[in-house]
Amino acid sequence: MKHKLLPIVGIIVILITACREDEVLVDIEETVVTAPEFTDIDGFYLLNEGNMGNNKSTLDYFDYKEGTYYKNIYAERNPTVVKELGDVGNDLLIYGSKLYAVINCSHKVEVMNASDATRITKIDIPNCRYIVGDKGYVYVSSYVAPVQIDPTAPKGAVFKVDTLSMKIVGNVEVGYQPEEMTIIGNRLYVANSGGYRVPDYDNTISVIDLDEFRLCDVIVLDKSANFERLDHDGYGRLWLSSRGDYYGDINSDLYVVDPKGKQIVKDMHIPVSDMWVDWDYAYIISAEWSYTTGKTTVSYAKVDMLTMEVLDRNIIKDGTDGKIKIPYGIAVNPITKDFYVTDAKSYVVSGTLYCFGSDGVMKWKKTAGQIPAHFAFKGILKNGK
Amino acid sequence: MNKFATFWFLLLSCVFAPDAAVLPLPGSYSGEFADSVVSIGEVSVVGKKEHVIIKPQSLSGAELERLNSLSVADALRYFSGVQIKDYGGIGGIKTVNIRSMGTNHVGVFYNGMQLGNAQNGQVDLGRYSLDNVEAISLYNGQKSDIFQSAKDFSSSSAIYITTKQPRFKSGERFHFTGQFRTGSFGLVNPSVLWEYKLADKVYFSANAEYTNANGRYRFRYKRLQLDGSVAYDTTAVRKNGDVEAFRAEASLYGFVPDGKWSINGYFYTSDRGIPGAIVNNVFRHGERQWDKAAFGQGAFVKKFSDLYEIKISGKFAWDYSNFLRDDPKELYLNNHYYQQKVYLSAANLFNIAEWWKISASVDGQMNKMNADLVDFAYPVRWTELVSVATSFDFEKISFQANLLGTFIQENTRSRKIYTASPNRRELSPAVFFSYRPFGNGEFSINGFFKRIFRMPTFNDLYYTEIGNANLRPEKTCQYDLGVTYDKEFSHPFFDAVSLKIDGYYNEVTDKIIAYPTGQQFRWTMLNLGKVRIGGSDVTAHLAAHVKNAKFGLNLQYTYQKACDYTDREDTFYGDQIPYTPLHSGSVSFFSGWRGWELGYCFIYTGERYNEQENTRYNYEQPWYTHDMSLSKIFRVKSCDLKITGELNNIFNQAYEVIHNYPMPGRNFKVSLKVML
Repeated sequence: MKHKLLPIVGIIVILITACREDEVLVDIEETVVTAPEFTDIDGFYLLNEGNMGNNKSTLDYFDYKEGTYYKNIYAERNPTVVKELGDVGNDLLIYGSKLYAVINCSHKVEVMNASDATRITKIDIPNCRYIVGDKGYVYVSSYVAPVQIDPTAPKGAVFKVDTLSMKIVGNVEVGYQPEEMTIIGNRLYVANSGGYRVPDYDNTISVIDLDEFRLCDVIVLDKSANFERLDHDGYGRLWLSSRGDYYGDINSDLYVVDPKGKQIVKDMHIPVSDMWVDWDYAYIISAEWSYTTGKTTVSYAKVDMLTMEVLDRNIIKDGTDGKIKIPYGIAVNPITKDFYVTDAKSYVVSGTLYCFGSDGVMKWKKTAGQIPAHFAFKGILKNGK
Repeated sequence: MNKFATFWFLLLSCVFAPDAAVLPLPGSYSGEFADSVVSIGEVSVVGKKEHVIIKPQSLSGAELERLNSLSVADALRYFSGVQIKDYGGIGGIKTVNIRSMGTNHVGVFYNGMQLGNAQNGQVDLGRYSLDNVEAISLYNGQKSDIFQSAKDFSSSSAIYITTKQPRFKSGERFHFTGQFRTGSFGLVNPSVLWEYKLADKVYFSANAEYTNANGRYRFRYKRLQLDGSVAYDTTAVRKNGDVEAFRAEASLYGFVPDGKWSINGYFYTSDRGIPGAIVNNVFRHGERQWDKAAFGQGAFVKKFSDLYEIKISGKFAWDYSNFLRDDPKELYLNNHYYQQKVYLSAANLFNIAEWWKISASVDGQMNKMNADLVDFAYPVRWTELVSVATSFDFEKISFQANLLGTFIQENTRSRKIYTASPNRRELSPAVFFSYRPFGNGEFSINGFFKRIFRMPTFNDLYYTEIGNANLRPEKTCQYDLGVTYDKEFSHPFFDAVSLKIDGYYNEVTDKIIAYPTGQQFRWTMLNLGKVRIGGSDVTAHLAAHVKNAKFGLNLQYTYQKACDYTDREDTFYGDQIPYTPLHSGSVSFFSGWRGWELGYCFIYTGERYNEQENTRYNYEQPWYTHDMSLSKIFRVKSCDLKITGELNNIFNQAYEVIHNYPMPGRNFKVSLKVML
């Protein structure tokens, strides 16, 4: 009979050995990935979005002087913050001496010291999306304005935060589901997507006068809709991306918009999912999904913003692009012109960060967090750039 | 933690130590209840007692009552091979996954007929109260009986829930049971059951239950720093987990010569908060859901001759659901979903010889769904199922084989051009056997092979901007081999033992998974996944007595190695699939003495991962709970009174079954039951 007791004994052994332990914060993973490099840029932060509801947004840091990648730094540097960085990191900015992380589904902007990512405070902004800084203030776009005329079809807003007091000092209602913003002079431009109003996408850019902090104009662009990325060049023009409608009626595209004439001056005919502007060049990645073909089309581009011409549709020269499933974020080192592309893969796994030299050849790669996406370079402001 | 371990060791030593040497195999507690309409009341329709090829795992009657369970999902935790997804609290969703094949592969049958949800393919078993349930049984593969509807052959595994059916002793005309339960989470839960003998061969029963709970409970998150000091330790109250629900059922049972019939009506309505994930800076959500469900079903069974028996059954079901997100921080959402189902079945049995039977069944089903979503597809699905089966039953060996043909046609209509899913035709075989080498039924070797599939759900196919109408069915293939030992004794201490050990290998192919489409929060569904599952289920039971005191011990252990073999390029290739522990199990111990009953249950779920990659970022700790109950039955004149007190999660473990959905800590329940 004794051998028949084995399963029972087995269970007892398992119960005794496999006990629950106190949970410990997941600490920093430190990896040397490349040779040290000494320029005015110390390093960059990379914000990993994490999937909705998972609370797995994490922050990584790459140190040029050490050639070292620090993965998941927030929890260890801020052990007392309950449930760590939060749910779905959506944007990252270094402005002044501070690092701002916009955490969409935690409805907050996390304000940290840019030197070591330790928390200074957090600012509660509901459904916050993107952030820009100017003249001592940061501006945060949000899907929901505080007061709604029709709560069933809420309009978005831009919140103004004083970076000394870290208090919200005002908000302006804009279009539906606003995304990126850019500032030219005393004007803040906001790209409205209306992405949650399928098929009635928004097709406007809201214009805010920063002196009075009020909505002063709306640019309506009839041919397109569902805007996301927005930046400007040195010639007073806006560079605006559309996500498209995923059915081919409206393609993902890049437009050059004259904010004064309030019209599209050039349709670039290239799809965009993320864009990084460096000097006169825009670096572009795209992973465009189509419901008609059931396929994702991946592409890359480099655009000359002065001539408004596409310079290159193949910025990765060594075939590494074949390994990248879903390019999700892009950034360019403003000094060395090395560029960085993140691969979100299937979104539910750890992504990969690729570093390419200015010649388009891969220098190194490193496993990052879930959906690595948003970059902020540290040290760049020292030269007043 | 060591103190729990020591405690367990002591407890188990108490049970085993004195007689460990003579302890025979644990044995047959599963068994003699009815899980279909075939054998109720005084009339036995089935002639000769057949051998059950593969016994189900089951819980019934008093055993079920002792399990500190409120819902069917709670009770299923005591079955081997089952993983429950529990989002916490009384109102939280609870779904089951059997042998890692996925929730959508579990057929749930309520009084013999399938509960469906064509929209998402998952039945929330947290909504099915145990109040009126007589038995729950779990079959791997299928119920190994051939006289059944084609539907019964159509899922990878099946759970049969049977409600209490009236039984009258001679001279009795009616029964009444009233129960009131209250306890933690602001629970107020009265129910009544009334059974009446309308005529000699016609019984009536009606049952109603009301549940109201504020759903509040304390939960705790504690993390340590690397040096062991406390990083944070916070306790908060779970909010927006309130539920108010009402359920009413009425049934008629009738008996005719060599046959019987039944009609059941069911109505359920609820209003609940959806507590949501607890993430940084968000400890409260504002989503709410209203549900209404109604169905009527009927069955008729008759034996026309020694050769031929027929069973006809039918069902109509209507479901309504309203989801509302009205939270100033979020985008407003207010969606209504409507579903209808019509089902008819005829099963025919031919008793060709004592040892040889053949059956043929034909089922037809229509599913329809409406929703106020933009560009909704308004799908209608027609399903025809045809099964042929045969069984051979000898003294030492029983064998059963069946072939199921499934034919599916779908239509859609919408403003946007929606192609309907193409017509499907599938043939699915299954073979079951049981070998009793000693001929006495105490020891048997049994096994099965089954290939089956599940259709993509309406959400998989048509959910606006996510669905993919070209999805193929998701297939499973199961191989199982097991041994069973059952023995009853007339011994001064032992009454019965039983042991059931199964080893199995499953494969899920063309697994339907959500796949990113390159834009944030945009997904589509693809037939991409491949999972291989090797596992073992062990259940053991021991019953004993000392004079008037009775003792029972149930042990259950599950081992599951379920790995993802979708693509070698994936970082998670070969990793254990999410939320599937390698080891899990439970121990429950009962004793009864002169109307007193004491119960103790321990449930263990081992470490697991909350996402595909088995990394430390996705690691989930093991969890285990200790529950206890004490009850006493009093006899006051002609009525029985039963008072029960329950204490759950005695050691107040702060755990999560699903990542970011904290479970309740220590909680209690008291109930008073009156039986006339």
